[in-house]
Amino acid sequence: MAIEIEQPRVGLSKVAVSKTHGEDSPYFAGWKAYDENPYHETSNQSGVIQMGLAENQVSFDLLEKYLEEHSEASSWGKGTPGFRENALFQDYHGLKSFRQAMASFMEQIRGGRAKFDPDRIVLTAGATAANELLTFILADPGDALLIPTPYYPGFDRDLRWRTGVNIVPIHCDSSNNFQITPEAMEAAYQSAESMNLKVRGILITNPSNPLGATIQRSALEQILDFAVNKNIHLVSDEIYSGSTFSSSEFISIAEILETRGYKDAERVHIVYSLSKDLGLPGFRVGTIYSYNDQVVTTARRMSSFTLISSQTQHLLACMLSNKEFSENYIKTNRERLSKRYDMIIKGLKKAGIECLKGNAGLFCWMNLSPLLEKPTRESELALWKVILNEVKLNISPGSSCHCSEPGWFRVCFANMSEQTLEIALERIHKFMEQRKRN
Amino acid sequence: MRVIVPLQGVVQGRGGLVLGSIIPCALFYFLQFYLKRNRDDPDDKNESNSTGQNPTTRSPSSEHLTELPGLTRSLSRALLSPRNSGPVSISARVSGIVKGGDSPYYMGLKRVKEDPYDELDNPNGVIQLGLAENKLSLDLVKDWLAENAREAILGNGKELSISGIAPYQPFDGLMEFKVVTSRCLVRIELLGDSDWTSNNKISLGARGCLRVAIDHGQWFMVSDNNAMAVAGFMSQVMENAVSFNPSQIVLTAGATPAIEILSFCLADTGNAFLVPTPYYPGFDRDVKWRTGVEIIHVPCRSADNFHLSIAALDRSFNQAKKRGLKVRGVIISNPSNPVGNLLNRETLYSLLDFAREKNIHIISNEILAGSTHGNEEFVSMAEIVDQEDTDRKRVHIVYGLSKDLSLPGFRVGVIYTFNEDVLAAARKLSRFSATSAPTQRLLISMLSDTKFVRTFITTNWERLQRMYVQLVAGLEKMGIKSIKSSGGFYCWADMSGFISSYSEKGEVELWDKLLNIGKVNVTPGSCCHCIEPGWFRFCFATLTEKDIPVVMERIQKVLKPVN
Repeated sequence: MAIEIEQPRVGLSKVAVSKTHGEDSPYFAGWKAYDENPYHETSNQSGVIQMGLAENQVSFDLLEKYLEEHSEASSWGKGTPGFRENALFQDYHGLKSFRQAMASFMEQIRGGRAKFDPDRIVLTAGATAANELLTFILADPGDALLIPTPYYPGFDRDLRWRTGVNIVPIHCDSSNNFQITPEAMEAAYQSAESMNLKVRGILITNPSNPLGATIQRSALEQILDFAVNKNIHLVSDEIYSGSTFSSSEFISIAEILETRGYKDAERVHIVYSLSKDLGLPGFRVGTIYSYNDQVVTTARRMSSFTLISSQTQHLLACMLSNKEFSENYIKTNRERLSKRYDMIIKGLKKAGIECLKGNAGLFCWMNLSPLLEKPTRESELALWKVILNEVKLNISPGSSCHCSEPGWFRVCFANMSEQTLEIALERIHKFMEQRKRN
Repeated sequence: MRVIVPLQGVVQGRGGLVLGSIIPCALFYFLQFYLKRNRDDPDDKNESNSTGQNPTTRSPSSEHLTELPGLTRSLSRALLSPRNSGPVSISARVSGIVKGGDSPYYMGLKRVKEDPYDELDNPNGVIQLGLAENKLSLDLVKDWLAENAREAILGNGKELSISGIAPYQPFDGLMEFKVVTSRCLVRIELLGDSDWTSNNKISLGARGCLRVAIDHGQWFMVSDNNAMAVAGFMSQVMENAVSFNPSQIVLTAGATPAIEILSFCLADTGNAFLVPTPYYPGFDRDVKWRTGVEIIHVPCRSADNFHLSIAALDRSFNQAKKRGLKVRGVIISNPSNPVGNLLNRETLYSLLDFAREKNIHIISNEILAGSTHGNEEFVSMAEIVDQEDTDRKRVHIVYGLSKDLSLPGFRVGVIYTFNEDVLAAARKLSRFSATSAPTQRLLISMLSDTKFVRTFITTNWERLQRMYVQLVAGLEKMGIKSIKSSGGFYCWADMSGFISSYSEKGEVELWDKLLNIGKVNVTPGSCCHCIEPGWFRFCFATLTEKDIPVVMERIQKVLKPVN
């Protein structure tokens, strides 16, 4: 038998071996548990119900109907720009018709209260790419971005992994419904300074993930003032803007800028995507809207690494420029999400569980702190494990969102049928009953 | 050539020339720095940071400042670090990019866009020979789509319905798509190595060229006229079979992010890859821009027909070591761009030996594997490692549908790796550059249509061959010789006899004349970091046969032989 001489292992980079992708956290561990034993209405009724995935499946039928009735979206017709041009089109400016459709869709979502210039839209393959791209552009390795907690767990990976940028949290708590305050922002800034980290920007998600609530006008004004004061950037991730339950409650940073006559606008950048509002995450459609020319030019060039398929651009340009479709979709989607939200809140209340008052998004922010043995992260994770393994529900623990108060959980309600949601609520009810008895 | 080589030696720090060259270099550099400090414009094209979209980073012969990357980068940070007053700044790592994009490569593309030639509507417009795109066989894809697209995207059952494609997909690509893509890779290699046109004989010498589909055993391509010969071939080939395993594929939004992801995975900031020149100008962006990784040019010469020399690789590796640069791998393109060479089996084996000896990676960019048009054997790196079981972990292949299927707009790229750690990391990184689901669905249908794929590849082959021959012949009539190429959409031609001075300046002057007087956009070799001035890349796959005489006429108008 030949003696095996161990060859020196050919090395990989620090990026490749780093754990910054964060896929070992509970947020992702729950997904794994679901993958191994997924609930199914008929074939696996005792499986894990996925309530940790913020996906919107309530309005699919509207998309299907549109595509059935409009074959021109899925084909290329005989005229130019026909198939040939589309297949060869890899211009990082993106299809003009698609950018126009996106700009108009974003305006519609905001009730016409803000205007968007199609030439300021940079297309990326998803908001994940948009956020990473902006981070590359606005910050150098070792710099910091300030982000209010609790925040979307994916930010740890998207904003830090390849960019080498740090996240410094702005701590928010339930005493004021997790709103962002000037004091909290200043504290975070000082904290960064004390660690010798140069703060390059503040990134907010509005409506918030995981809170499921929009940021109030006064808070937005304060956040913009803070950014101006410190001479840093402001990124507003408005990916859930079309998922507010009523159109009047969402205020975009674009509106604030409009009322200020676009003064200080060159530090503001908006991220948007169709993954949540249109329920099309598989299409990989994201955008950066920047009021800063340098950022637009740079982002455009950098988008070469993350272009949207021209076929997809064509399809969506057709769909979104159809005013009848888009208006009806936005309105109907809002109504259905609102209905789902009411359903889950009522169901949880019946079980004795309170949630943060929400008005947007695909999830609610549930308060289980009364159930914790001790107000600690460990207790929260222990409770999470029980809910995952015994109640068979995958929900997201607040600690994976960097929430400073233990006991809060994000529960998604739009990625399943109403029947499944009923079942989930029943399970929670039973679980709470059992605990009361013990 | 005489002028350039000694300078190169100086820059690379050979022997006793070091002191004599470093001091003046350093003095010159600090003078530049001083001047920069006292100017408003913080942007300096000489900084290696600014080469993202600006492939004017010249080969060492012309601007040795670019060979001092470490100093350059830190100084640019100092220059551009934001102060609290004044406008809000963007990061130092990208601020150079904003002014970039004025290299001949990009300027030429811009000119064509502004004034594109059209036989009827704009006969005096600029003819495009600067874009390595293939329009010759798009009609075939179009026809297929006209008949099948709607069903392919929407489906008639739940499998392909919108609810099937809209939700989150695995970022690294649908398994079905990967299976089909790997079969496509297989098909392409199957056909690419022998003459399948019914008029020509099959070149039986193309041993080991036929690949066999994966997983489920064999998969045959049968040509009506040559069934018997193929059967004989196949049994020979069974012994040399290579399989492409779909679970080793990561899909990305084009080959551009595929290269960047590999660069991120295999090298740290400040490390380097060895890349033979001349090379595709986009590498400067894909490999270096956001990663902070360096490229070390390994010059190939006309005396060798621009073939890769392992000796040159070795020299470059050692020089890098002396400069304290850690080399993490070699990036080869096979077929190569801009020359159109195929790497032969022997070279590939030697390359693998070299990589093993230095314990580094090999990235093999095989994006043009299906666009060969000669009789030469195409050998994939996958075949080489298949026979060398122990060395697989250092080999990574990049592929995509932009070239072979003429679908650059659809953004489909492939990383194929034998290294599980790279696979795991690349899969996670592909979330930043994922392929769109409806496009994947469409292509599953298309690529599963074996009849269509076979027709496409053979027809495409014939058309490429025809155009290539005509272009080369036309150039030859004017005294312009090209390197014999077997792959790609271009020919690599020697116009050094027509430049006013044997230098990059002379070359760019000729390029300018060709563009603005001749109204023909070609790519000058300096954009590809060719060490010998006067070479140009002429792309022919965006032309029709009628365009060729027009192109020749216009070039003739411009040429005035120097001697």
